[in-house]
Amino acid sequence: MNPLLKSIFSANFVFATLRVTTPILFPAIGVAITSLSGSVNIALEGIMLVSAFTGVVVSAFTGSLWLALIFGILAGVGMAALLGYFHLNLKADIIIAAIALNMFASGITVFLTYIFAHDKGTTSSLKSLVFPSVKIPIIDKIPVIGRMFSGLNILTYVALISVIVFYYIVYKTPLGLRIRAVGQNPDAAESVGVDVKKVKMYSLLLSGFFGALGGLYLSMGYVSWFSRDMTAGRGFIAIAAASIGGNLPLGTFFGSLLFGIVNTLAIFLATLKVPSELIQMIPYVTTVLVLAVYAIQKSVRSGGEE
Amino acid sequence: MKIEKFILKYFDMIRTIIAVLIGVMVSVLVIYIISKSPGHSLMYFLTGPFMTRGRIGNLLETATPILFGGLAVSVPFQASQFNVGQEGAIYLGAALGTAFALSFHFPAFMYAVVVLAFAGLIGAGWGYIPGILKAKWKVDELVSSLMMNYVAYFLGLYMINYHFRDKSAGFLVSYELPHPVWLKQFIPGTRIHLGIILAVVFAFLVYYFLYHTKLGYEIRMTGFNLHFAKYGGINTFKVIVLSQVIGGFIAGVGGMVEVMGIHHRFNWQMSPGYGWDGVVVAIIGHNHPLLIILASLFLAYLRVGGQVMNLLSDVPSEMVTVIESIIILLITAEAFLSQWKYRITVKQAALKEVSDESAT
Repeated sequence: MNPLLKSIFSANFVFATLRVTTPILFPAIGVAITSLSGSVNIALEGIMLVSAFTGVVVSAFTGSLWLALIFGILAGVGMAALLGYFHLNLKADIIIAAIALNMFASGITVFLTYIFAHDKGTTSSLKSLVFPSVKIPIIDKIPVIGRMFSGLNILTYVALISVIVFYYIVYKTPLGLRIRAVGQNPDAAESVGVDVKKVKMYSLLLSGFFGALGGLYLSMGYVSWFSRDMTAGRGFIAIAAASIGGNLPLGTFFGSLLFGIVNTLAIFLATLKVPSELIQMIPYVTTVLVLAVYAIQKSVRSGGEE
Repeated sequence: MKIEKFILKYFDMIRTIIAVLIGVMVSVLVIYIISKSPGHSLMYFLTGPFMTRGRIGNLLETATPILFGGLAVSVPFQASQFNVGQEGAIYLGAALGTAFALSFHFPAFMYAVVVLAFAGLIGAGWGYIPGILKAKWKVDELVSSLMMNYVAYFLGLYMINYHFRDKSAGFLVSYELPHPVWLKQFIPGTRIHLGIILAVVFAFLVYYFLYHTKLGYEIRMTGFNLHFAKYGGINTFKVIVLSQVIGGFIAGVGGMVEVMGIHHRFNWQMSPGYGWDGVVVAIIGHNHPLLIILASLFLAYLRVGGQVMNLLSDVPSEMVTVIESIIILLITAEAFLSQWKYRITVKQAALKEVSDESAT
């Protein structure tokens, strides 16, 4: 068999894909939840950065993984709360406020990296802890499957479970019902006594929570340090992943997986003579195409009312 | 009382200035907290950009691409189109413009203009895609233009690295552009080039276009209220597409100007961020082309001040990014200072009532 195909149809490829998908899936769930409530959250990039940074610094100074987790999540949720406060209370445009928060995150993390680690590039001089990898008892023993699905970072499993949690929150809880109601028609929701502002705030906080986990995974799972702008656009890719999936739980999962697969392909193909730039372009082109096809279908179905 | 009327009239501008002042105050505070010799750091930050001729040059060079970015953002923003694809249009305009200038040759007198026009068309095309998708099928232009930024980045990088890379240069850069397309650097001791004049000319053109032409009026009306514009007989389809095409064109030209004016080679291995800077100055300048000139100079001043401080003291330049974000948050937060405006309005109205009564 062709060596490329061989490497793609290997257990390693699946393993790597899951690794790469994790930091896209977490923020994608966050984006999807806010989109369901009717606002676009493009601040996941900043939320992830701040959480990634906080996690590393807290774990380096306290030596506690739990504290790193708690403070990392608090930092991400705090950023989301800030976005919510500016958007909902101070009536700032959510897109521009989010752009500002992304800038803020990029600046403040490098600024503080310099203060704490005396280096502007990375915090590698700080000793960060990492979240452990987990061997899954029975699956681990199965020959090929074991190498695909066992031994991944614990946060990867958390990400997969989060898809179910996302489903549960949105479809099985009163809050989820309100989120969807507000997203579909805020005026109608308000008329039956739903506090629209509060519901939107909760959905933003939830997106901050999931975004924070994605950030923590990046700096304390994927690698074990913080480096400047290490999210590298994953917060934006998450928007694409969620939109491809129509902001639905399974759709968001498969959307993220698509980006995971293509990015992994780019890594695997880098050893060959194919220009990696062109391969890395694929998911973005795909997103634009999928969004276009989606929208065209929708307008055809509604009979082209224009 | 006169003052209060003045405040009401120029409320948006005063609010912006207050936001900017708060930003500067925060930076002073930060410097005092973390610097070992805050006095010096502060001096480098605030007066650094004016200390030498070279630094004044830096300031103007830095402002040039930011101004192009801001103008490129302002046109679609005026139409309420959140196209943030200028970053990609700048990058791709510069990359493909470089490729074009290296591949085709024209008589010297028109060479630069042809290359700039080509780069502009690339940018325009890049604005057209999200524009037509939005106008025709309501595809969210924010998401599609964000994605297009990445496509532009990888496409441009591929073109330069695989087809126009100067392997003798030691860095990942393109071949040097032929001399006729260089924009002249006309002040000795600086790198200030003709591009800055071009940028200012563009600002006045965009101003004229937005405020003194029919299409400009239609763009502003569409941004003000889409449905109102539509029922008023404005072809909003055309406006939505054209506003993004024009924005893309300016972005493409701006990207190429930077290559032709400073390094004379394409050397962006990372996207330079001028599109995002453009969003910043468009917001500070309230999407008004002439105010965007001032906003670009201000942003460039902060940047150069930050670099000087970074170089000569112990405060990292990223402080400036944090300050920028605070300023933008305050400006976009409609409720910021709205209480103040409300109180003045009420007081003025009461006064007017009294004077009306006494007149009758």
